[in-house]
Formats: sequence, C-alpha cells, structure tokens
Amino acid sequence: MWDYIKLAVLGAIAVLAAIGVQYGWDLPYKVNAAVVMLAAAATFIVTVRGMERPKRAANMGEYNDGVVRAGVIATAFWGVVGFLVGVIIAFQLAFPSLNIELTGILNFGRLRPLHTSAVIFAFGGNALIMSAFYVVQRTSGARLWGGKLPWFVFWGWQLMIVLAATSYVLGGTQGKEYAEPVWYIDLWITVVWVSFLLVFIGTLYKRREPHIYVANWFFLSMIITVAMLHVVNNMAIPVSLLSSQSVPVFSGVQDAMTQWWYGHNAVGFFLTAGFLGMMYYFVPKQAERPVYSYKLSIIHFWALIFLYIWAGPHHLHYTALPEWASTLGMVFSIVLWMPSWGGMINGLMTLSGAWDKLRTDPILRMFAVAIGFYGMSTFEGPMMSIKAVNSLSHYTDWTIGHVHSGALGWNGMITFATLYFLTPRLWNRAGMYSQSMVSWHFWLATIGIVLYASSMWVTGIMEGLMWREVDANGFLVNAFADTVAAKFPMYVVRGTGGLMYLSGALLMVYNMWMTVRGLPAKSAVNTNNAIPAQ
Amino acid sequence: MDMYSLMREFADSWALLALFVIFLGVLAWAFRPGSRAVHDDIAQSIFRNDLKPAPDAAQEKPAPDVAQEKPAPDAAQRKGA
Ligand code: HEM
Ligand code: HEM
Repeated sequence: MWDYIKLAVLGAIAVLAAIGVQYGWDLPYKVNAAVVMLAAAATFIVTVRGMERPKRAANMGEYNDGVVRAGVIATAFWGVVGFLVGVIIAFQLAFPSLNIELTGILNFGRLRPLHTSAVIFAFGGNALIMSAFYVVQRTSGARLWGGKLPWFVFWGWQLMIVLAATSYVLGGTQGKEYAEPVWYIDLWITVVWVSFLLVFIGTLYKRREPHIYVANWFFLSMIITVAMLHVVNNMAIPVSLLSSQSVPVFSGVQDAMTQWWYGHNAVGFFLTAGFLGMMYYFVPKQAERPVYSYKLSIIHFWALIFLYIWAGPHHLHYTALPEWASTLGMVFSIVLWMPSWGGMINGLMTLSGAWDKLRTDPILRMFAVAIGFYGMSTFEGPMMSIKAVNSLSHYTDWTIGHVHSGALGWNGMITFATLYFLTPRLWNRAGMYSQSMVSWHFWLATIGIVLYASSMWVTGIMEGLMWREVDANGFLVNAFADTVAAKFPMYVVRGTGGLMYLSGALLMVYNMWMTVRGLPAKSAVNTNNAIPAQ
Repeated sequence: MDMYSLMREFADSWALLALFVIFLGVLAWAFRPGSRAVHDDIAQSIFRNDLKPAPDAAQEKPAPDVAQEKPAPDAAQRKGA
C-alpha cells in the first residue's frame, strides 16, 4: 500500500516537473525542473523494481553502515570536483583568457559559487552527514533511527547539490554568499535537513549508552543552528511559481547583517562545530586513547555556542552597520580565540602518551596537522576581526588565505584522515591499500596548503598596502590595475599549491578504490554487519 | 520608547545577564563534585559497541569487549590483571 502511495506521489512530481520544463520562465528553472523530473522517474523505477523483491526487515542487531559507505564515496567524489573547480578558478584569476566564452557557463563569476558550494556543502556536507551517521550509531550503541529516512537524507542531499550546481552555471542565484541556491532549492534543503535532524535525534533517543558523547553535542548543535540560519537568511518571496527569481524579505543593512550572521555561523557551525564533532570522535579512536579532558570538551562546546553567534558583524566593518554592532562583533571574535584554542589543546593533547605514533601513522599525522590549522585559523580570525587590522585585510587576498588555511588545513585534512579511518572499517579490510600513498597525500596536501596560504598573505598585505599608499599631496599612488598586475606571480604560486592539493586527493581516491577492490576481506563475514562466533 | 530601543535595552541588560549566568551554571555543573567518574566513563564510551549495537537491556549483558577487534585500553588492562 505504502509503495503505491509513493509511486503516485513520484508520478505527480514527475508530471509537475515536466510542466515546469515546458512553462518555466528562465533557463535555470527549466533545467532544474528537468533534473527533478529525471530524479523522480529514477526513484519511480527503483521503487517498482523493489516491489517485486520480498521485503527484508532491517536487522536491528547491526548498524546501518550502507548509508555511511555511500557517504564516504560521495565525500571523496565531490571533494575532487570541488578542488578541480578551485584550481580552474585559481588559474582563471592568473590567466583571464581561461574564461572561455561558452554562453557564460565557464566564467569565473559562475564557477566561483560552484567551487564554494561544492567544497563546503557537497564535500563538507557529505563528510558531516556520513560521519554524524557513523558516530551517532557507535556512541549510542543503536542502529540509525528512521528506516529508510537516512537514505532519503543522503540522496536528497545529492539531488540538492546537482540542482544548485546546474542552476549556478546557468545564472540562477540569490546573490548571497554561501546561500546562493534559489528559493525552491532552499525549500528542498529545509526538507532534507529536517529529516537529518529527525534521524539524528531519533537515534540519540533510543541510545543504549546512558550519556550523550560530546561529539554528538557538536553534531546536534550544527544541525539545529544551520536549520535556523538557513531558514532566516533565505526568507524570500518568489516572483512566480514558474521562476527561479525571488524578492528577499529583508533589505538594506538588515539584509546585510542577516546575511553575515548566517555567513559567519555557516563557518562557525558547519565548518567548525560539525568538524569538531569529527575531531572528538575520530582522533581519540585513531590514537586509541580517550579524549584528553572531557571537562574541557564541555567548556569548549558551551563557550563556542555562546560566543559564535555574535561574531558575524566582523564581516561588515566600516559599512552602514552601526558602530556598536561592529564593536560587539569584534569583541566577541577576540574572546572566541580562547575556547577555540582550548579545543585545539584538547585535540592535540589527546595524543600525549602516543606521540611516537605520529612518526609511524600518517593518518594520525593528518589529524594532528588538521588540528594545528584549526588553531592557526582561529588565531588569525580574531586578529583580522580587529577593526584596524581589518581595514588592511578586508577585500584583499588575505581573507582568501585565511579561508583556505581553515578550509584546506582544517576541514580538508580532517576529512581525508576520516576517510582513511573509515574505508578499511566499512569495507572490512585490514587497512588501507598503501600506507606510503597516504604519506604522499599528506605531504602533497601540506605543501599545497603552505604554498596557498603564504602566497595569499603576501599578495593580500601587498595589495592592502598598495591601495592605501598616498603621495606627498595626498593622491593615491596606485591604480587598481597596478595591484592586479603586481599579484600575478603569487596567483601562479597559489594555483600550483591548489594543483598539489588536488593531486593528493586523486591519490587518495585511487588508494580507496584499491582498498575496496584490490584487497581481500579481513574476515569471511563483514564484522560490521554480522558477528561470527569467536 | 519605540520597539527598537526597548529591545536593545533588554538585550544588553537582562538578556545578557541571563545568558552569562546560564553559561556560568554550565561550567559549575561540569565541575560538580563526583563528575570525574562520570566523565571518564563517557570518554571511554567510544571504545564500546564498535561493531554492533549494544544488546537489549532485557537480555543478559555479555562481557562487553569480546566481540571487539581491539579491546579498549582499560579493558585490556583489566583482563591482564
Ligand atoms: C585545490 C584546492 C582549492 C583551490 C585551488 C581553491 C581556490 C579558490 C579560489 C581561486 C577562490 C576565489 C578567490 C577569489 O575570489 O579571489 C576560492 C574561494 C573560496 N574557496 Fe577555495 N580553493 C580550494 C579548496 C577549497 C576548500 C577545500 C574549501 C572549503 C572547504 C574552499 C572554500 C572556499 C571559500 C569559502 C571561498 C570564498 C572565499 C571568500 O569569499 O572570501 N576552497 N577558492
Ligand atoms: C575564532 C575563529 C574565527 C574568527 C574570529 C574569524 C574571523 C574572520 C574575519 C575577521 C574574516 C574577514 C572578514 C572580512 O574582512 O570580510 C573572516 C573571513 C572568513 N573566515 Fe574566518 N574566522 C575564524 C575562524 C574561521 C575558520 C575555522 C574558518 C574555516 C574553516 C573560517 C572561514 C572563513 C571564511 C570562509 C571567510 C570569508 C568570508 C567571506 O568574506 O566570504 N574562519 N573570518
């Protein structure tokens, strides 16, 4: 019965989407409608074929690891895509002729949001969803709640990514950084994200452990806060049900403040809190030691929660924002330095007593470097939020350098290490196919980051100083084009660093592939799914 | 007073105080006497249930670590002792 209802709904969606393809007002809308139609048709076929097979009840005595395996694959895939687009736009900035004319599809302006969304929401998002699913099961001692709902979250998220990507390159955008997806994609994100929340809370609710491990606190705060931010920042009224355009509810400085309240907390809760959840589980596991101080982790958590929300105005220094708001943002950003470093110390000190493992275990080394970059970017950030410093750094490549030392160093490295941790466990292998490839990946990525960050510091401070340089009569010395010309060598260095980072990721994908395809199973039965008598 | 000023005054007086007190309360709770044992136990929880969900509370609990590929460090010590 339930299957027939599902088929009817899917059929209706496909028909409505077909109407959208025909009557949509703009190209992004029409193409998105076509994507929805295909997705509905594919799900329809899968459902029909599933009806022929006898239903198998989920085995409550094992974890739902299938969806985590899918998440591991998706994370690696979208990572490579996102880094590739990053390398392309990096070289476009160095060599503008790479903006190949193809009705605008390959222009920097369209590829840039494709890059940011691909790395943050596709790569980072999949990493967060799959590790949240993995961790919450292990720390609760319970199978994921919600039957097929985790799979809906997984596929719904992939659909969102494809919709957003096809929309961006065809010009569909709301023009808000990190919130570019147009209104109907925003609605879909809300549905998927709330399902994610339900799966997570449902699993916590039926946990067999008396307490909720700290990693889950970080994941849960990430899920709840992102839901709130997303809904408030994307409040808009569509121009028509057949158009991708919409009119935002806020305007002027309120809109700007809401956008950066969202933007900063996207950093604070998506790229920080969620990834800290990963740190608090995977680092102790890999080091085989419990976290250094559980009390410190509690303080770390609550201090971040209370502080992060206020820091957004540091993105709007010297604008129409009231002075008090800007000062408030600055003060909270500086205070934020302390809990951030508390967290870093907690992560690093977990290795104390196991320092020797850093020499032999490249995966642990990746975790350690990731935590180091977390510390570095959370020192740099508070410094840049000081108004006097920001007057130099704002609008320059210094910001880009800060972003990528956090993104490549912290988010990227910890995700790679997590993928190396999970792949052998989820596919029942004794270890990764090649440890030396992991080492190579580590060095390629680390040197890539160093090239990226240091070149951006140099160009950033250089262009900041050039912009403000005045002669004896008070006239500006440099035209904007002069700074662009002066930055060229550093742009090439950055692109090269990006290329190294990308090659490291490709090596990882090959290594993962060979682990799954090339290595024998560790035990006859996948121990993750059925326990043989010992 | 207009809405904006009213909200602002509330935000930077009572709301600020309330949030701060809640925060201090959380810290005090984390440091309450007797919390160490609890925290140590939670910190160790990641080494349990690695391969399959915990058995039903109703069933008799088997020795927790036999099914794990790598026993938790403390468990190993206990066995050795
Ligand atoms: C191969 C690696 C990468 C390369 C070569 C690269 C390159 C770039 C380039 C050229 C830009 C545009 C800068 C500008 O407009 O001046 C950019 C922006 C950005 N990238 Fe990357 N990127 C890489 C990886 C990542 C990763 C892994 C993340 C996040 C997890 C990330 C997050 C961002 C963000 C958030 C921005 C926007 C920054 C801002 O507006 O201030 N990138 N990237
Ligand atoms: C204590 C922590 C942090 C503080 C106080 C902080 C502060 C700042 C400041 C002041 C800016 C420059 C705003 C501007 O001039 O436009 C900025 C930009 C940025 N930061 Fe951080 N940061 C912190 C940590 C991080 C981390 C860990 C990440 C990434 C993982 C990150 C990602 C970003 C991004 C993506 C931007 C660019 C936003 C944009 O303009 O598009 N930040 N941050």
